[in-house]
Amino acid sequence: MKNLLEIDNVKIRFRTKGMLKAVIDRDKDPYIEAVCGASLTIKQGETFALVGESGAGKTTLARSIIGLVTPSQGSIRYQDQELMGLDDKAFKPLKRDIAMMFQDPVGCLSPRLSVRSIITEPFKIHGLPINDVSKEATKLLDMVGLPASFLNSFPYQLSGGQARRVGMARALALSPKLIIADEPTAGLDVSIQGEILNLMYRLQHELNISFLVITHNLAVVRHTSDRMAIMYLGRFVETGPTDQIFEQPSHPYTRVLLSSSPEPDPDAPRNRVMPIGEIPSLINRPSGCEFHTRCIYVEDRCRLEFPPDRTIGLDHNMTCFKSEKMK
Amino acid sequence: MTGETQNRNREKVLSIKDLSVNFKTENGLVQALRRVSIDIPPKQIVGLVGESGCGKSTVINSILRLLSNNAEIIQGSIHLQNKNILMMTSTQLRAIRGKRISVIFQDPMTSLNPALSIGRQMTDIQYRDQINQVAKRQRAIDMLTRVGIPDAEKRLKSYPHQFSGGMRQRIAIAMALIMEPDLLIADEPTTALDATLQIQIIELLKTLQKEFRCSVLFVSHHLGLVADFCDQVVVMYAGEVVESGNVRDIFHRAAHPYTKRLLECDPARIKTKTRVLPTIPGYIPDLVNLSDDCIFKDRCHVKDNKCPLTVAPLTELTPGHFVQCHLSQEGENL
Repeated sequence: MKNLLEIDNVKIRFRTKGMLKAVIDRDKDPYIEAVCGASLTIKQGETFALVGESGAGKTTLARSIIGLVTPSQGSIRYQDQELMGLDDKAFKPLKRDIAMMFQDPVGCLSPRLSVRSIITEPFKIHGLPINDVSKEATKLLDMVGLPASFLNSFPYQLSGGQARRVGMARALALSPKLIIADEPTAGLDVSIQGEILNLMYRLQHELNISFLVITHNLAVVRHTSDRMAIMYLGRFVETGPTDQIFEQPSHPYTRVLLSSSPEPDPDAPRNRVMPIGEIPSLINRPSGCEFHTRCIYVEDRCRLEFPPDRTIGLDHNMTCFKSEKMK
Repeated sequence: MTGETQNRNREKVLSIKDLSVNFKTENGLVQALRRVSIDIPPKQIVGLVGESGCGKSTVINSILRLLSNNAEIIQGSIHLQNKNILMMTSTQLRAIRGKRISVIFQDPMTSLNPALSIGRQMTDIQYRDQINQVAKRQRAIDMLTRVGIPDAEKRLKSYPHQFSGGMRQRIAIAMALIMEPDLLIADEPTTALDATLQIQIIELLKTLQKEFRCSVLFVSHHLGLVADFCDQVVVMYAGEVVESGNVRDIFHRAAHPYTKRLLECDPARIKTKTRVLPTIPGYIPDLVNLSDDCIFKDRCHVKDNKCPLTVAPLTELTPGHFVQCHLSQEGENL
């Protein structure tokens, strides 16, 4: 399969204080690095999942793909075209191919526009003529399983699940090749969650769309993605094929995450790796391996040196000193 | 519950019986709760599960008498040991809230005052006790230490915004338990937290529940946490209790079609990788225009045409395991 998107060693940083304040404080580095050195590839027609807790940099990385934040270094290539440093005019046609489903399903829909206007707005933005707005809008709603009676509804009249579907219809409007879905099921009930995920899979199958799914729900990742990356403080700690990671989680953080969502079975074996403490601040990153403050396998070396990126299986990488000893 | 007769001799911390609550709205009368009965035995953790809109919050608000003005309690009683909460005066209510029943909410910032220090709030909540400030302060420190706040004595001066989300929830738990209540209501206490913090908070609640020997009403839609944490489980659907029993009855021997469907839908339960996840077809019924028969009939997958058009009766399958379904009448295994 061809690579649709290649992200290579991307770093994204945010200012923590103004330029003047930094000079006064003699602070040479008034930045936090939200994403540091993330690399991934997404192939045509596959689903890639980004997993991690809040503040891990998942959303920031995803937003950089469509140019909503600018990385300080690295490269983002879409179909072999470099996106970094592209001006707005050159970027615009590419944005037809990459669509985004935002995290807040209702908040990302303009409260003053009807569903009809919301889902056909992408055509206006890109100056694409459509003959019959209602017909096009009905077609899009039909794709996401909503009846045409919703055309005149306003966002406040929609339930969480319906708002997601409208967001999805808007993302599908320009027949994109890649859809970035930021927490597509957060806040939904389990039965509705299944409907949305099934819909995403069906569309992927029919239209050969690639998905970048951002989520913290591991059960969702397990069933819907081909490959995944686990992020911690802006870095990938483990990447690989989803099946392999679930079968053999290697990084201590992956294990912590996996055992943090208990199975719905009171008699399931609980070999829990209890997480210690909370996520450190990005302003004071821990030295050495950044997970050492919460790791139960920590040893002296972890506090001082940064662990190397190691390949431990086919397309399966992780950054930790020890993987054999833990078993 | 009809099994109340059997269990009458066993003491209950809280007993909700046949509670029906309506809300008057512009669109008509919303029947939010219908004949809800829930028993909470001493030292037990009771899980309340169901999808959004099933009435979980209305149950909590009824217990605390925090229902909005347009709510109308049609029938039923809520007994805290032997007193009916629904009959209490505001003075009587003030005596039980926070002292005998306390609550942890989803977002700890809703229960902490952002303008007062933690220490002030932790001592204020002990206003009923006739002990001096030093003793109250010491008690606050002890309690904060027990919930895992490092350097509790120094942190008494801190304000809620100076704590992280997980720490704030720990403080909310400390405030809820400092008066050693008989019943702790935990309303989605971990939903706003990250996965690793979520499990830490659940483990903390487990330890504290054993120490304080209180009962817990744990409201959640996370089935994994309910299975892990609870002794008893009550399943609600569209304002009715459809099934209740001990945690194994529900997770291993679910009898109501809705409970079964709900469990099947949880992707965490499906071990082999699948791209197509199960769902519950159909929609929750409109609570304004309800017909007076089985609440789940439109979405039921085992419904046969023999189901009578009446409210499904409550059947006790095994001691303590109740299900509200026509088809369980003959003891059929659905």
